[in-house]
Amino acid sequence: MSQLTVNGKNVELNGEANVLEVVRKAGIDLPSLCYHQELTVHGACRLCMVEIEGRGIVAACHTPPEAGMVINTNSLVLRRLRKMALELLLARHDRECTTCSRSGNCKLQDLAERFGISDIQLKQDERKLPIDDSSIIIRNPNKCILCGECVRICSEVQGIGVLDFVHRGSKMVVDTAFSKKLSDTECVNCGQCAAICPTGALVIRSQVDQAWDALNDPDKTVIVQIAPAVRVSIGEEFNVPAGESTMGQLVSALKIMGASKVFDTSFSADLTVLEETNEFIQRVQSQENLPQFTSCCPAWVKYAEQFYPEYLNNLSSCRSPQQMLGSLIKKYYGKEQGLQTKDMYVISVMPCTAKKFEAAREEFTTDGVPDVDLVLTTQELAHMIKEIGVDFPALPETAPDQPFGRVTGAGVIFGVTGGVSEAVLRLGYEKLTNEKLEDVVFSEVRGYNGLRSCELKLNGQTLRLAVVNGLTNANKVLEDMKCGKVKFDLVEVMACPGGCIGGGGQPITNVNRRVRVKRGAGLYNEDQIAPVHKSQENPAVKDIYEKWLRCPGSKEAHDALHTTYKERNARCITVAATDHGKDC
Amino acid sequence: MNNTDQIVQDADVELSFLSSVVKENGNQPAALIPILQMIQEKYRYLPKNAMEFVADALGLSPATVYGVATFYAQFSLEPKGKYVIKVCDGTACHVRGSSAVYDAICKRVELVDGKSTTKDGTYTVETVSCLGACVLAPVVTINDKVYGEMTPEAINIILDTLEKEGTNHDQNA
Ligand code: SF4
Ligand code: SF4
Ligand code: SF4
Ligand code: FES
Ligand code: FES
Repeated sequence: MSQLTVNGKNVELNGEANVLEVVRKAGIDLPSLCYHQELTVHGACRLCMVEIEGRGIVAACHTPPEAGMVINTNSLVLRRLRKMALELLLARHDRECTTCSRSGNCKLQDLAERFGISDIQLKQDERKLPIDDSSIIIRNPNKCILCGECVRICSEVQGIGVLDFVHRGSKMVVDTAFSKKLSDTECVNCGQCAAICPTGALVIRSQVDQAWDALNDPDKTVIVQIAPAVRVSIGEEFNVPAGESTMGQLVSALKIMGASKVFDTSFSADLTVLEETNEFIQRVQSQENLPQFTSCCPAWVKYAEQFYPEYLNNLSSCRSPQQMLGSLIKKYYGKEQGLQTKDMYVISVMPCTAKKFEAAREEFTTDGVPDVDLVLTTQELAHMIKEIGVDFPALPETAPDQPFGRVTGAGVIFGVTGGVSEAVLRLGYEKLTNEKLEDVVFSEVRGYNGLRSCELKLNGQTLRLAVVNGLTNANKVLEDMKCGKVKFDLVEVMACPGGCIGGGGQPITNVNRRVRVKRGAGLYNEDQIAPVHKSQENPAVKDIYEKWLRCPGSKEAHDALHTTYKERNARCITVAATDHGKDC
Repeated sequence: MNNTDQIVQDADVELSFLSSVVKENGNQPAALIPILQMIQEKYRYLPKNAMEFVADALGLSPATVYGVATFYAQFSLEPKGKYVIKVCDGTACHVRGSSAVYDAICKRVELVDGKSTTKDGTYTVETVSCLGACVLAPVVTINDKVYGEMTPEAINIILDTLEKEGTNHDQNA
């Protein structure tokens, strides 16, 4: 076994990519502002400096470890250099912490405190660059430390590259192409850049005020829905371990705030399973528009509309669970309860920033009113809970309201990558084989890698599935399909790493794979302890069909639960206008 | 003379030209800089939609192309005039009267409001630091042709000649 020493202690090497990882393995929290395990190494912040005997001072993040290295992480010189690096960043930083939504959750603030920066010798740069608040993600370049994490996550994980470094020297900023407003770019609103940004330079637009206004409006009946992934993550904001469900406390908290009904979006995930499987089986039988792509991730939908319009017919026409439930509430439930559309206010609590964009799409309105009036992210709701000052983990557990409160394990696992496929398989299996499915676990589609595929033999028929998270992987599947390298029948796409559990609106720790895996395990656990595991066996779903929608795929179901897509192009001209595309 | 047709509006980028440039240089990301150079040579700046086209053809994001275009001083994102006049304002040239030459040019071509390109798109006037030809100070370059020992009078004569050539050229065309 090869070894090296860190501050005099022996450390075994086990394939770590760089010295920073080794030092951290040795239990030393070396500071860093531009390094992320899941992205390429940038090496610009100089905070991870260490001394290596015979080599001097190097940046640990881009130094490969070697056996026998003698590494020191504490010396007066290192201390001085780190403080200087921090002071340089702070001298160019808008240090209005009290009004910054990342305060208390900001790596820069944290390091300034950790290294005892009390006085900055350098002259403060007073530049005031314009803030871009055109979109769901708000960009404040005055808080940007040029770490490039957003640049890399958007191009490496999402394959889009909305942001990049532009200009140079002291004028360098991270910006969009041609300094366009973010809302005019190909940004799919996934929020991953804001989640990974160490500072308040990229933050999610807060709609907390609007939520309070509605909750305190005596003329409004506020109806809330909670997405699957929220229950296993919001607790992290209150010292509950990741993965532990706090669904019951969430319902209680929302009732305290003034919500009149609290529903579970896992219910409409069950509906999605019925509609989407029905659609899938029809396509398999007619061999048309295959593969079928899932459509519950609005970031993926926008991506497809922008970059792969030729595949829009392959997208399932199902609305996402958020929009299905919003539509049912506004079109049917309200009437049944004697509520007028204008008196209902539907708030959904989502792990997702793109859901804010989705809710505003004109396809999702009933009589000109949005089906979902407001989308709050997990983080926003956590803020509201902190505002009312309750001891969240200690709240009593309340069950969600009926009729949209009864859910199955299949609906709950929608929040984790592979979950939609597994839920669809639990129904598809029974439909295609006419047999009752006994073992509901499809381990083939579980896992956290960005691109997984498998073949399933059902009744002599082979189904080829791909499960994708991260749009770079979606791009790969699509390009390979175009060249005929691969063939699939069903492709599940989630934009965020790990699926919605890693959504851009989740507590900031979601950039950590270990945390995501715990949240995922939490959802699988919820499935395991659920009394019902198959969407088709959800009695409330059966009722809804009997009462309102007749059967999956009916005209009524289409009007309420399905949608259409449109090609969008943010560019003036593209290569498609000529015959000059990239070769396979 | 009428030069409005010389000002390339973004909408006027020729797809066939862009295609041929990409074909000539290949569609690998490494070809980006030579491609941008050729586009700049033709249009005297980098039109936005040309950059988007190149991004698409090379499989890069428009932001990356924009990043490269703004990194190198050789690229211009604004349309430049048909004649790019650079007046050296290095120490030697400054001492020997480059400001008077600069002022004379601006007055002659009617540059106003601190703009560097004339309304009709004929001239862009810029000051630059030492051009390395101090013995000839003050130095002016017009489309990279060097003119030494300039005075306000001399530069006016040169511009007269240019304009005459320009008109002849327009008539021939
Ligand atoms: S929200 Fe997503 S798509 Fe938009 S810039 Fe950020 S990472 Fe890129
Ligand atoms: S916006 Fe944030 S993530 Fe992007 S470079 Fe600036 S500080 Fe880093
Ligand atoms: S994966 Fe989930 S959280 Fe992420 S953008 Fe898609 S729907 Fe939203
Ligand atoms: S973390 Fe190594 S240079 Fe930033
Ligand atoms: S100062 Fe003008 S050429 Fe040197």
